[in-house]
Amino acid sequence: MFDWIQNIADYLVYDVFSLSSKSHLAEALNFFIYDSVKILLLLFVIIFFMGIINSYFPIERVKNYLSRNKLFGLEYLMASLFGTVTPFCSCSSVPLFIGFVSGGIPLGVTFAFLVTSPLVNEVAVGLFLGLFGAKITIIYVISGVLLGTVSGFILQRFKLERYLTSWVKEILKNAEREQEEFIAEHQKFSKRLPVIWHEALTIIKGILPYLLLGIAIGGLMHGYVPEGFFEKYMGKDNWFAVPVSTILAVPMYSNASGILPVVQVLVAKGIPLGTAIAFMMGVVGLSLPEAMLLKKVMTWKLISIFFGTVTICIIISGYLFNLIF
Amino acid sequence: MEIKILGTGCPNCLALEKKVRNIVNEHSIDAKITMVKDILQIMSYNVMSTPALVINEEVVVRGRIPKDSELLALISANN
Repeated sequence: MFDWIQNIADYLVYDVFSLSSKSHLAEALNFFIYDSVKILLLLFVIIFFMGIINSYFPIERVKNYLSRNKLFGLEYLMASLFGTVTPFCSCSSVPLFIGFVSGGIPLGVTFAFLVTSPLVNEVAVGLFLGLFGAKITIIYVISGVLLGTVSGFILQRFKLERYLTSWVKEILKNAEREQEEFIAEHQKFSKRLPVIWHEALTIIKGILPYLLLGIAIGGLMHGYVPEGFFEKYMGKDNWFAVPVSTILAVPMYSNASGILPVVQVLVAKGIPLGTAIAFMMGVVGLSLPEAMLLKKVMTWKLISIFFGTVTICIIISGYLFNLIF
Repeated sequence: MEIKILGTGCPNCLALEKKVRNIVNEHSIDAKITMVKDILQIMSYNVMSTPALVINEEVVVRGRIPKDSELLALISANN
């Protein structure tokens, strides 16, 4: 399917730049061109299609659905699934949180959404598809959705309402479930399309520098780091590799586009997939800037419980992956 | 007319504010532009994704940065 990109990369490197096919530089450059073109293409397709879905399920409709319907336990899964189609921007997490809580949506269900939304979004899925292929992407998406569902379910058991900041507790008192169905403005598909297209281009433009840098670093490592280099230090028999890489990843800022291409090379050079996925989930799902934002609505105690629970779930899924593969 | 940009201060919110100011200046539109950062005020517009654009107390854009042409059309339509 992507042979033509490989042909372009080969042509540029060996014919236009006339580099020897045996040199490290040629290998790294070839990898860089091939990966950049392939990933950008896939990324654009995914962002565009997720944009179409999202245009029909705006966050207001999601909130209305979760607030209006009694789902008898399925609400965690539904919130988590909705989280996947909603584009995530950490600066929206506070308005989103308040919006959910004031609609009478339980805290645990809100957390289920908050966990999955950054973990499984259009950029992460597009990158995964480009770097790891369809099979691993599907596994990642399913485990992301389950992670949100389970974390939300566990967090609900803790009765965490008492750890919200006082003004949020006030809102909670007046919270009401919505009764009426959300009516979205009717807009023709042909009217929506240019907006979605423009939106997709804007997202790509925003992450392009990080992505190219990530692929460039990945390309260098690909050419210069010997096969099996990391196996020595971070192999499967090394039981603390998963928790250490997760805990390292949590404070990092959630820019998946720069980090994923590097992680892909790490996996190719012998780091077990579960360890790598745990690391990525830590980077993408939780971050220090997000904690600072959530401080407006939660006490430190609640933030610690939230981050702690999700971190433990990530570590467990990392071990599970390593066991399966 | 009154234009409000709702946003907690993220890069996207600031980008939208800048765009709106440029358009208003460029076309010499008589408008009062305010940036609303207070979360309670933002919530009173029932907005859950920022940045949002409010023209004469009506939310016209949520959670995205429109193109210049779309912004101009929105602002002109409500002027």
